[in-house]
Amino acid sequence: MPGDCVVDQTVDITDVVCPVTFVKAKVALEELDDGQVLSIRMNDGEPVRNVPRSIRDEGHEILKLIDNGDSTFSLIVRKG
Amino acid sequence: MYREGEFRVAEADYKALKSGGFMRQKQKDNFSMRLKAVGGNFTAEQLVTIANVSEKYGDGHVHLTSRQGIEIPFIKLGDIDAVKSALEAGGVSVGVCGPRVRTVTACQGNAICPSGCIDTSTLAREISERYFGRELPHKFKFGVTGCQNNCLKAEENDIGVKGGYRVRWEKEACILCGVCIKACRTKALSLSGDRIDLDGTKCSDCGRCVKSCPTEAWKGESGYILSFGGTFGNLIAKGNELFPIIEDKEALFRITDAALDFFSEHARPGERFRVAIDRDGWDTLKTSLERALHAR
Ligand code: SF4
Ligand code: SF4
Ligand code: SF4
Repeated sequence: MPGDCVVDQTVDITDVVCPVTFVKAKVALEELDDGQVLSIRMNDGEPVRNVPRSIRDEGHEILKLIDNGDSTFSLIVRKG
Repeated sequence: MYREGEFRVAEADYKALKSGGFMRQKQKDNFSMRLKAVGGNFTAEQLVTIANVSEKYGDGHVHLTSRQGIEIPFIKLGDIDAVKSALEAGGVSVGVCGPRVRTVTACQGNAICPSGCIDTSTLAREISERYFGRELPHKFKFGVTGCQNNCLKAEENDIGVKGGYRVRWEKEACILCGVCIKACRTKALSLSGDRIDLDGTKCSDCGRCVKSCPTEAWKGESGYILSFGGTFGNLIAKGNELFPIIEDKEALFRITDAALDFFSEHARPGERFRVAIDRDGWDTLKTSLERALHAR
C-alpha cells in the first residue's frame, strides 16, 4: 500500500516507448539498493499492461499499482 | 544434366516428385526443392547442409516460405538423387506438397517466449509425427501458437492450436495490488471490496493475469484452444472455435484424429476442409468432435 512504505526514488517512463519503457525502469532499479522502493510512472495501455510483469520477471517485488487519474499509473516496486 | 529418356520418365512421375517436395519451376527442368520443417526450427548443422546443397546444386540462394519452411530453388532434374542423399546425410528431410498434411508451423512457445502458455515446439513435433504426409482430399495445415498474442495466426490453419490458461484466483495470496486488472486485455477483472471478480463471459483464457501477478494469487492450468476450418489462400476464412479450452493432450489428439476422419469422409476430392464443413454442416462436425472429446 502506498501509505505503508516510503518511496525512495521515482522514475517517469511516460516519455519513452516500448521497449525503452522497461529498460528505463530497469536502469532506475539498478541504481537502488536491495529493499529500496521505486515508484515508476507509466502510461495507460501497453506500458501498464506489460511493464509490471517484466519487472516481476526480473525478480523485484511489486507492491501496488496506483491509478493517478490522469491516464498514468504508478507502479510501486521494492528492489529484489 | 539429364538425357531425353530420363526426362520423360520424370514427367510421368511428376506427381510423385511433387508429393516428394519437388516444385516444378517456371524455368524448364528446374525444381525448387521443399524441405521438411517442423515448427520453423532448423539446427545449425542442418543449415550448413542446406547452404552447401544450394551452392553445389542450386544457384546459391534459398527461399524462406510462408510456412516457416525452406526451399532450395534451381535444383536440376538429374541431380535429384544426389541432392536427396546429400540432404539426408546432413539430417535434412524433403518436404511434401499436394493433397496431404503439410508442414506443421509453430511459434517458439513457452520453451523460449515468456508469454507462452504451452510448449509449441514439442506439440508441433508430435502433430507432425502423427500426421505429416497423410493423404487427404486436399492439403491440410496445422499451426500451433503459444498464447492469445497469436504470433503464429492459428485461425489461418485447417486446425489451429492456441495455448491458454484456465485461471482461478486465490484470495489468501492476493495483496490487491491491481496489476492483474490492468494486465487483462478483455477487462474481465474488477476489484470489488477485497476481492478480484472474474467475468467468465469476458475471459479469453489468455493467462496474462497468471503471468503478471506478483504473488501467484492467480493459478492456471494450461490448455489448448482449437479452431477449425481456417484457410487463407484463394478462399479466405477464419477458423472457428467449437468448444472451450481443453486441458488434456490425449483429448486434443482424439479430436484431431476425428477432424481428419471427418475431412476424409465428407470432402470431395480437391475440396478444402472449410468447404466440406460449410456444406455438410458445422453441427455435424461439432457432434463428431464432441464424441471424440468425451470418448475414453
Ligand atoms: S504467440 Fe505467444 S508464445 Fe507464441 S511467440 Fe507469440 S507471444 Fe510468444
Ligand atoms: S485469463 Fe486473460 S482474459 Fe481471463 S481474466 Fe486472466 S487476463 Fe483476463
Ligand atoms: S495481480 Fe495478483 S496480487 Fe495483484 S490484485 Fe491481482 S491477484 Fe491480487
